[in-house]
This record gives sequence, structure tokens and C-alpha cells, in this order.
Amino acid sequence: MEKFQTITSSCVPLNIENVDTDQIIPARFLKATSREGFGDNLFRDWRYDNENKPKPNFVLNNPAYSGKILVAAKNFGCGSSREHAVWAIYDYGFRAVVSSFFADIFKNNSLNCGLLPVQVSDAFLAKIFKQVDADAKTLLKIDLENQKITIVATGESEPFEVNSYKKECLLKGYDDVDYLLSLKDKIEAYEKAH
Amino acid sequence: MFINLKIMSAKTLFDKVWERHVVHQIEGGPAVLYIDQHLIHEVTSPVAFKGLDRRGIKVRRPDRTLATPDHNIPTMGQELPIKEELSRMQVQQLSENCKKHNITLFGLGHKYNGVVHIIGPELGITKPGMTIVCGDSHTATHGAFGSIAFGIGTSEIEMVLASQCLFQAKPKSMRINVNGKLGKGVTSKDIILYIIAKLTAGGGTGYFVEFAGDTIRSLSMEARMTICNMAIEMGARGGIIAPDETTFEYIKGREFAPKGEEWDKALAYWKTLPTDEGAKFDIEYSFDAADIEPMITYGTNPGMGLKISQNVPSDEPNKQALEYMGLKAGDSMIGKPIDYVFIGSCTNGRIEDFRAFASVVKGKKKADNVTVWIVPGSKQVERQIEAEGLKAIFEAAGMQLRQPGCSACLAMNEDKVPAGKYSVATTNRNFEGRQGPGSRTFLASPLTAAACAITGKITDVRTII
Repeated sequence: MEKFQTITSSCVPLNIENVDTDQIIPARFLKATSREGFGDNLFRDWRYDNENKPKPNFVLNNPAYSGKILVAAKNFGCGSSREHAVWAIYDYGFRAVVSSFFADIFKNNSLNCGLLPVQVSDAFLAKIFKQVDADAKTLLKIDLENQKITIVATGESEPFEVNSYKKECLLKGYDDVDYLLSLKDKIEAYEKAH
Repeated sequence: MFINLKIMSAKTLFDKVWERHVVHQIEGGPAVLYIDQHLIHEVTSPVAFKGLDRRGIKVRRPDRTLATPDHNIPTMGQELPIKEELSRMQVQQLSENCKKHNITLFGLGHKYNGVVHIIGPELGITKPGMTIVCGDSHTATHGAFGSIAFGIGTSEIEMVLASQCLFQAKPKSMRINVNGKLGKGVTSKDIILYIIAKLTAGGGTGYFVEFAGDTIRSLSMEARMTICNMAIEMGARGGIIAPDETTFEYIKGREFAPKGEEWDKALAYWKTLPTDEGAKFDIEYSFDAADIEPMITYGTNPGMGLKISQNVPSDEPNKQALEYMGLKAGDSMIGKPIDYVFIGSCTNGRIEDFRAFASVVKGKKKADNVTVWIVPGSKQVERQIEAEGLKAIFEAAGMQLRQPGCSACLAMNEDKVPAGKYSVATTNRNFEGRQGPGSRTFLASPLTAAACAITGKITDVRTII
């Protein structure tokens, strides 16, 4: 897995609550047997109409917004466990998602794929949306090492939580399967005892 | 001293199963949990197998892994090669991976094939006190047996295939008690839609939910599975119900259930599992069964549900959802014309669901304006439908029985509701486009779905039974 570096980037605001993984990547695109190329269909039915023309009102089609950070309203990633949703967001070019609340499975999948879920307070999220509304080029700085997110222009910041094991994995690019395989003796002992 | 006190303190069902499965605790991090049963299907596993190949390793415990294609298969003509190329390749890939890694596969047409969460329980593979995972969020279904069961992503599937273990942070605990007698026409589907409407689509996030109370205890295993199945729809990691005589009776004698001495040993363990008196939960809710009516959703997440006799609410945050659904605040749900009825899925695709559906349909005809899809959860359910004469009832009503699969629950195959059309579905999600691009879904129970199929509009089943 790629190491996670501190990100300073403009962002894409998606101020919608309860965004489910069916919206992030509809089921009809889950037929692939490899993990590449899902970015093209990220938010497919919000992004394109029936004739595959971009819908001008959807934020990904608005040239004013770009960057490596997606900012979304609460309960982001609910619904289906499909990791394809994370692959699509990552493949599109995002490296972090900011929200006030993430669905559990989505959060785990993100951490396993090098996409950082940054959970902030409702108040801080509102500040970000307000700032981005005023200036589409607003920069956010996400510092994983110090677990801090900052609105660069105003200097306002907030700490965020990430479990220490996953933080280490992300910072150093460690692999979970390698770690689990290193526990072989413990796993064997467990199997013998049960 | 502190440790002793902790050991002596009352434990929840969840804690007992969890503690038994911790292989290793990472300091300040997640636990490494041993997984008793890994269920896999064609859609979320191929990339995980690719990962194993890249590492040059084999599946650690093929004997604890079971595969079945269900998500991406046709529900007509299963005896023929799958027409759609990508779907055919995905199903083929699953077969090849299973062969290579010596994993039992109940392939298309096999007598045990079916929706992964239907076949685990009906084959006696799902049992109390287990840890069960699958690359599908509705793995929560198996919690009805007193197991810790939850959905995982593809990276995690690779971890389990490689090591039979998984990282898991211990979730917070919630107990939801439902007490009292259910009214006429009210089913377990209505109970869970009612609970999700109360707690919202994110209300259970971070929690593992034990469902308890005398109403829950009075339910059959099929009905309990419907409740745990939808725990994920309020964001919960999973749902769990204490095993009891109903559970043991259901498991006994099934194909892969323990037999003889093994049964006695297992039963003794299962009986130790229910939550101890005085065990503490992080949060607890109680609901009165008498307050629950047949439920229906009106919006675009499962938390947007109401009693069928109520009108569409007017909250401002619902604006986008109402626009998508073509509904207006204040509209009556009853009487709204519909186009499709779908009964099936891991939520309501068990034999009891088809019996309930048939009990309403019997001797009546479907409405002309409605297309009805009847999709059994498994080959075994399909055979039962035929053996019990339900198929004949459906056919007499002008409805066709299809073959097992996930079908129009997620519309990966050709069973898609066209854009703008309304569907009453016994499934679990009413997200935008869930049943096909532009489709509009009302979630309901099999009884309500049957009533709607007969009248061609949203109907309170209590008025026709």
C-alpha cells in the first residue's frame, strides 16, 4: 500500500447526508474482477444523465471544484459493504474524505485501501462547507502524523481520531495480511485450543 | 483484583462470543478475531483471490469457507450458460478460485445453491456462538442465531482467506427491547422498519445490537433473521438474538448441523450464551409491539419509513428524497399506484415469507398494472414452494415463480425496475437507483407486498385479510 503523506489540497464539497455506497458506485458496475478503473463510474447516476451526458448541477462536474479531498455531510458511505466504493473514490484521485460521521464498513474499507476517513465535529464540518462556499479554492491541510485537520486560510484546526494500529499502517505503508501471517503461531495455538 | 472483578461481572451475549474468539489484542488498536465461518460469493471475492495469488499463498482454512454465486446471476434460465459476458466471467471466476483452493462451492443449479445468507442457516452451517463474516453487509442476518456476524470489504476477505482472522475494534453495545403482542397483519419486517424509522439510518453506527424482549422471543427463526438482517440499515455493525429452544429446534437435523454427541456438546455451550442478568449496555431502547403497524418506506433510505396509514412527512431535509420518489409532503401512502412487486432477497426470501405472501394472494388475481417477481432465496426454498402448493397459488394469481438469487434487491442482473416506476419490495434498501437506475422503491413486508400486488396500489393488508 502507498504511504500516506500529509495532504494540502483544495476540496470537493458534497453537502448531502446519508450518501450510500450504491450512489458512490451503482451495483451494475460491480461486475469487474479487478479493482482498477472504478473512478470513471464514481457517483455515476448523480454525475451523468440517461444519455451519459454530465449533469451540470453535480459538484464533480463543476470545474470550480477539484482536489484530493472529498468533503461530505454526515453518515457517509452507508449501505452495502462493497469496497468498490472506496476503489472508485481513490481511483478518481481522492486521498481523504472528510465528514462528521462515517458508516462503519466504509471506514474500515477506506483505512484498508489508503483512503483516510477524517471524522470532524458537525461545527467544524459546517465551517469547511462555509469556507468552500465563499472560496472554491479553499485549501485544507490533513496531517495524519499529528492527527490534525486545518483550514489553511483561517488557520482554524481540529484534531481527529484514528486507531494507532491503522495510523502506523497508513504512515509506513504496512500490509495487514503480512501482519496477520506473522501471527501464525498464535493462530495455530488458538485452533488447537478450540 | 480489578481483573477478578471483571471476570465475575455479568456479560452480554456479544461479549461472551467476542471474548472466545480473540486470538490477539493489539495494544491501543483492534483485536485479531478468529473467524469460524467465511461465506463468499462471486462479486466481492475475485480481487481477494488475486491478492492471494500475488502473494503466492493458499486459503488457510478451505473447510471453514463456503462459496455460492447469488448476486449476479439470472433468475430465469439458470440451466443455460449466463448470457451476459461479464456476469458469466464473474461466476466462472468464483468456480475456478474454489477449485484451485479446494473450497466447497454450491454453484448455479446445485441443490443447495441460493442467497448466501439464506443457505447458511437452512443448511445448519450457521449456529450459535460463532463468528461469521462475508463480503456482504447483510451478513448480520446470521446474528439471529446468537452469532457475531457482520459484513466485510474485499481487503478483509483477503485477510480471512489468508489467515482465518480479522482485525476488529470492539463495537459499543446496544440493546433494543420489544415487548407486547403484535397486531393483525404486523410482521417482523414491520418491527425492524419501525425501529429503523425511530433510530434513523445512522442511529446504530458504532454499535452491535442485541434484540430482546418477549415479542422477539415469540418470533420464528425466519422472522428473527429478517430483524437481524436489517440491523445494518440503521448503521449497526450487526444484530444478535439470544439462542433459545426455537433456535435449537430450527438447527436440529439440518444437513451440516452437529449430530449425536457433538450435538449435546454444542447445545451445552449454546445454553451458556444468553446475556447475564444485570449485564450493562452502552445504550438501551424499549418499544411497545402494540404501537407497530404495517410499515412502508416513502424515501430513499431505510430510515425514512412510516406506518402505512400515515401521510408523507414534510421535513425540509427530505426534499431531495421526495423529489426523487415523486411524492409530496402530506400525500397519503395508501392508494398510491405501483408498477412492480418483488418478493425475495436475504431479508424476506425464506419459506415463511412465501407462505405469508401466498396466504394473501390465494384465490385472487394480481392487478393488471403490476409486474410481480417472486424469487426464492434458495433452491431448497424453491422446492418447498413447489411441494407446499404455493407455486400453484402464485400461478393461479397470474404470477410467475423465478429461480433463486439476489435479483431485484440490488439489480445487478437483468431484474431491473425501469426508471420512474414504483416497486413495492420485501428487500432491505430503497436507495436511489437500488432496483435499477431511476427506480423508486417502497420497502414493506411480504404481507403488504401481496396486498399491493392484488390491488395494484399501496394497500393496508389489514383491510383485505
